[in-house]
Amino acid sequence: MQIIQYLINGISIGAVYAIIALGYTMVYGIAKMLNFAHGDVIMVGAYISFCVTNYLGAPAWVALIAAMAVCTVLGIVIEGLAYKPLRGTPSLAVLITAIGVSYFLQNAAQLIWSSSPKSFTSIVTMKPISLLDGQLVITGEVLVTVAVSALVMVGLTLFTGKTRTGKAMRAVSEDRDAAQLMGINVNRTISTTFAIGSALAAVAGVLLCSTVPTLQPTTGSMPGIRAFTAAVLGGIGSIPGAMLGGILIGIIETFAKAYISTQLSDAVVFSVLIIILLVKPAGLLGKQVQEKV
Amino acid sequence: MNEYSRKILKVPTYTLLREQDISKQPVLDVRNLGIDFGGLTAVDSFNITIGPTEISGLIGPNGAGKTTIFNLLTGVYQPTRGSVLINGIDIKGMPIHKVNRLGIARTFQNIRLFTDMTVLDNVKVGMHNSIHCSFADSMLRLPAYFKSEKMSNEKAMELLSFMGLADEADVKAGSLPYGIQRRLEIVRALATNPSIILLDEPAAGMNPSETAELMNQIRRIRDTFHIAIFLIEHDMNLVMNVCEAIAVVNYGRIIAKGTPEEIRQDPAVIEAYLGREEGKA
Repeated sequence: MQIIQYLINGISIGAVYAIIALGYTMVYGIAKMLNFAHGDVIMVGAYISFCVTNYLGAPAWVALIAAMAVCTVLGIVIEGLAYKPLRGTPSLAVLITAIGVSYFLQNAAQLIWSSSPKSFTSIVTMKPISLLDGQLVITGEVLVTVAVSALVMVGLTLFTGKTRTGKAMRAVSEDRDAAQLMGINVNRTISTTFAIGSALAAVAGVLLCSTVPTLQPTTGSMPGIRAFTAAVLGGIGSIPGAMLGGILIGIIETFAKAYISTQLSDAVVFSVLIIILLVKPAGLLGKQVQEKV
Repeated sequence: MNEYSRKILKVPTYTLLREQDISKQPVLDVRNLGIDFGGLTAVDSFNITIGPTEISGLIGPNGAGKTTIFNLLTGVYQPTRGSVLINGIDIKGMPIHKVNRLGIARTFQNIRLFTDMTVLDNVKVGMHNSIHCSFADSMLRLPAYFKSEKMSNEKAMELLSFMGLADEADVKAGSLPYGIQRRLEIVRALATNPSIILLDEPAAGMNPSETAELMNQIRRIRDTFHIAIFLIEHDMNLVMNVCEAIAVVNYGRIIAKGTPEEIRQDPAVIEAYLGREEGKA
């Protein structure tokens, strides 16, 4: 029975990783860059939610919306100030800048909210469900997290598949120059992608801190990197891939913590990354790119 | 002989205009266009005027600068000298997507469809700027969204059936045969609602019967949509039959302009293609 409990917890944390991974994968697919500051946007989202509930006494849903709004603006500003001027430069320049933005956000958070951990109150008020005479406990957080990530997944699939903006995003992701020649504003499309990714990061931040209730300026960085691993595992650029990768990484991490060692769980997760890169570089659901010789 | 050829008049600037285009503003007016890449002059002193319903050809040996000219006309490259006016508006300094909105669309020499998207979605990407439905509308599935979605579907299907591609609407673009992909590129360009389309080697890789069909389609596009067509092509049969005016470039410069008959007999053209005959200076 214990194993099922671990599986449920793994899926729950994996669902959070999946939402974060969606942000990585969308930005990568469309802007062709790895936004390593994505994890820190999660942290900002969590702090905003924390402030709104604790200092303003607002209900949870207001906190969530506020966090999403702030992160959306933050995402657009980061893209416009830090990444847009570097369009067309080597990807290494953009990557280094992203790492810079990541440190900037962490240190800014430290200045504003200090480095001492805050204890985050879960936004979920649902009572845990006990099954099989208390052998299996499903917390409200687990249910909400899984439900939200499923909703996000469906929403994004419909959005990219059906809407005009979504089609423009897919077009830019496939061939930026051709899309431009069809009258698509590439800058605006990239900006929209950052906005969506960052709003999702806020959701992930709130869910993450509801599950693991310590909040500090470095809260986002490790989950961010694990989610990046998830995006690569699932096939970076692929939306279902990010979802699958996130859940798998969550399960692997939880099982590694339970059966191997808590300290080694990250080592196990990153070994998975290395193995995937060696065996199936395109990821589980990624497209195999034919290299022309 | 071209069944669509009409009386072609010579105007002083040595531009060929169809009779019905004479008093109208040209869709494309290129003046003294030139671009240097480093020290190399790729295009120089390129002048052309294309009337609203004219089919023109751009020919020249490999590496003459034809595709570079197309890239200059669509704003992909910024010219070093000269200007490009589309429907009377100078495209200087404009971002590429805005140039497209002035009414110029193109296809590519090496097909660049969105291969992972369906045929219908490729056309709808082309219609990006003609679908007016806000982000909130489509997210909330408001009636406006359904209405615009229905309209864009209908228009896209109409364009596809025009080029005989309606049956392929739900197929992934990348899985289509080569000749059909070329036709889809034309549909996608038409979907942007252009007043001129640039076709970069539309007959490349087509067999003679496909080429013959393409010639009819090019004329039908002009006659149905009343737009100008400017094409690069190596298939001389197509160029000589379809185009009403032809410009020949070599080493980035125009070496001849005129009707197909004039081009066929022009010594500079013959020299560029076949080389100079020995014994003649």
